[in-house]
Amino acid sequence: MSTNSENMDDLVGKDYEHGFVTDIDSDTVAAGLSEETIAFISAKKEEPEWLLEWRLKAYRHWLTMEDPTWAHLDIEHIDYQAISYYSAPKSKDDGPKSLDEVDPKLLETYEKLGIPLQEQKFLAGVAVDAVFDSVSVATTFKGKLADAGVIFCPFSEAVKEHPELVKKYLGSVVPAADNFFAALNSAVFTDGSFVYIPKGVRCPMELSTYFRINASNTGQFERTLIIADEASHVSYLEGCTAPMRDENQLHAAVVELVALEDAEIKYSTVQNWYPGDENGVGGIYNFVTKRADCRGNNSKVSWTQVETGSAITWKYPSCILKGDNSVGEFYSVAVTNNHQQADTGTKMIHIGKNTTSTIISKGISAKKAQQAYRGLVKISKSAENARNYTQCDSLLMGDQCGAHTFPYIEAKNSSATVEHEATTSKIGDDQLFYCLQRGIKEEDAVNMIVNGFCKEVFKELPMEFAVEAQKLLGITLEGAVG
Amino acid sequence: MLNIQDLHAKVEDKEILKGLNLNIKAGEVHAIMGPNGSGKSTLANVLAGKNGYEVTKGSVEYDGKDLLELAPEERAWAGVFLAFQYPVEIPGVNNVYLLKAAVNAIRKNRGEQELDAVEFLSLVKEKMKLVKMKEDLLNRSVNEGFSGGEKKRNEIFQMAVLEPKLAILDETDSGLDIDALKIVSEGVNSLRNEERSIILVTHYQRLLDYIKPDYVHVLSNGKIIKSGGPELALELEEKGYDWIVETEAA
Ligand SMILES: Nc1ncnc2c1ncn2[C@@H]1O[C@H](COP(=O)(O)OP(=O)(O)OP(=O)(O)O)[C@@H](O)[C@H]1O
Ligand SMILES: [Mg+2]
Repeated sequence: MSTNSENMDDLVGKDYEHGFVTDIDSDTVAAGLSEETIAFISAKKEEPEWLLEWRLKAYRHWLTMEDPTWAHLDIEHIDYQAISYYSAPKSKDDGPKSLDEVDPKLLETYEKLGIPLQEQKFLAGVAVDAVFDSVSVATTFKGKLADAGVIFCPFSEAVKEHPELVKKYLGSVVPAADNFFAALNSAVFTDGSFVYIPKGVRCPMELSTYFRINASNTGQFERTLIIADEASHVSYLEGCTAPMRDENQLHAAVVELVALEDAEIKYSTVQNWYPGDENGVGGIYNFVTKRADCRGNNSKVSWTQVETGSAITWKYPSCILKGDNSVGEFYSVAVTNNHQQADTGTKMIHIGKNTTSTIISKGISAKKAQQAYRGLVKISKSAENARNYTQCDSLLMGDQCGAHTFPYIEAKNSSATVEHEATTSKIGDDQLFYCLQRGIKEEDAVNMIVNGFCKEVFKELPMEFAVEAQKLLGITLEGAVG
Repeated sequence: MLNIQDLHAKVEDKEILKGLNLNIKAGEVHAIMGPNGSGKSTLANVLAGKNGYEVTKGSVEYDGKDLLELAPEERAWAGVFLAFQYPVEIPGVNNVYLLKAAVNAIRKNRGEQELDAVEFLSLVKEKMKLVKMKEDLLNRSVNEGFSGGEKKRNEIFQMAVLEPKLAILDETDSGLDIDALKIVSEGVNSLRNEERSIILVTHYQRLLDYIKPDYVHVLSNGKIIKSGGPELALELEEKGYDWIVETEAA
């Protein structure tokens, strides 16, 4: 964000009441990672023995692993012993007392996004009762969901209330030892969301409004597990268009989706973490492992992501297409401005017969930003008649930024069809001039052109979010041209 | 309305316009002809304020203002319209959406009430008839996949909607079939009035059969080397440019 960067450091440094979990003691464990730390976290959360064991196993494996270096990223060494792995919410007295104390640039951004005042306060971490307002809203939602038999709760609550489900599915899509960050997450995750949609149920609402109000406490090591039982349907939205303050630099989340026979999961993300200032100072490292298991026949998972924030993004939402006729989709818009770096893409693993996958990736880079698309389409021997279509477009603004495309294709079944298209274009001076000549201001023109470029992805987002995402894109790229 | 004096302009360090003079009164139509590469589009771009064109000398007065002082969008607000020789494609941006943004940006900056969806639509409907614009082109991405002729027609359609004071049509006739040329010309003619000035850049006399200019100028090597009435175009059609260029050089 070029608009809210200057004083952001001050803000990030302040304590911040997240407001999702209100009943934790205010302990904080000392920095450093060891089996004791993990035991402490597990005990704090009153976890069953098996989960502690699971964490420890992950930790022991993590110790044998090394930071991945293959991504097209320039990352400063992370000192994992310098991080505190458990900190309860800080006192709200330390936060800003009113919006007057909040960075005006941040407020300007909220204003542009049309975020209601109460929510602005909440997002900016102002110590008011905005959170409690939303609790009642949330309760209404909860009732509606419960009537439908949908389980939607914090992960730690699910461990207590639905241990059989958690035990059955946790780590079944992303094994604890999957990769460096997934192993770290498995060892130390603190909370996240849990969703279970029973057989034949269409979740009565987008799990978005609720989420937006409540689950902004994403924490540093978030764990999300969504299970769509046979013939069920759910649309889940994570994130928020408004830039959130966060004091943790490293975010390593794991998201696991399981779609059983005839089930469908639509998972949309808008990621707008603090990207660092114009000189690349500060900013969140966002290393996420997201994977969906299309376990049942005719199941479908669709990932849609709009990534505008973070200093570094490392993220490849993937689909394992096990069930026959299962469908995986990946729609992505990634924007990098200033010194931001993103290495993102997807993996589509075709195992079942007649499986189809679609990948539409739109990358936009401005100023000195670097971006890579990394995609793997793997057609296993068993995947008769598998089909993939990949389209990968990059838009460059200015000549110091870069876009790189690494598409990998492994086809072991000759009946498969794999199509790949890639384009790189510069935001044309000619396009811009055309709009200016018609009387449209530069800012609006850039917005229009960029949104046009991303149209195929935005149309996959839930309606209200598509509108916000468009605005967000404009704000993120303000001043990127000229 | 438009007074260009001793205009010199560079592109990438190369001088293209080399002392151009042109005076256009309100309501007049001026045709500019001239060999390829003589600087016609450059003149159009300089008048519209395109980046990368550096005016090194001379002045352009438009409607009592120093045109060169204004940003491109400010020129548009002030009523300058350029129908591009090569209209650009903007993928994913709806044609009519762009036009609405343009109309309202201009209105807003003139202190006029912006048009709502209904008002805008009725304006569009009315102007579509003028150039027999196909409805499906409205809802496609700006110029994307348009045929050459469709792009040109779209430019004139935009002109009709935006109602400029000074319209510069850069080879709008190129790429139009015979029927389309007629329709577009009729459209342009219907937009002629005492307040609106038009600069027609063209290579072909045929356009001038339909749109009768008040003056015809020959632009060669960055300068206007000959001006006359409509009969000059006929003469050019017959003899080409060499005779003037030679006379000039002599
Ligand atoms: N961006 C540029 N860089 C370098 N040279 C340029 C640039 N733009 C224009 N020129 C040169 O300026 C000269 C005039 O070009 P211009 O497009 O104005 O010609 P024109 O009269 O419109 O020609 P045509 O009849 O072919 O459309 C040409 O020699 C062209 O190559
Ligand atoms: Mg030209």
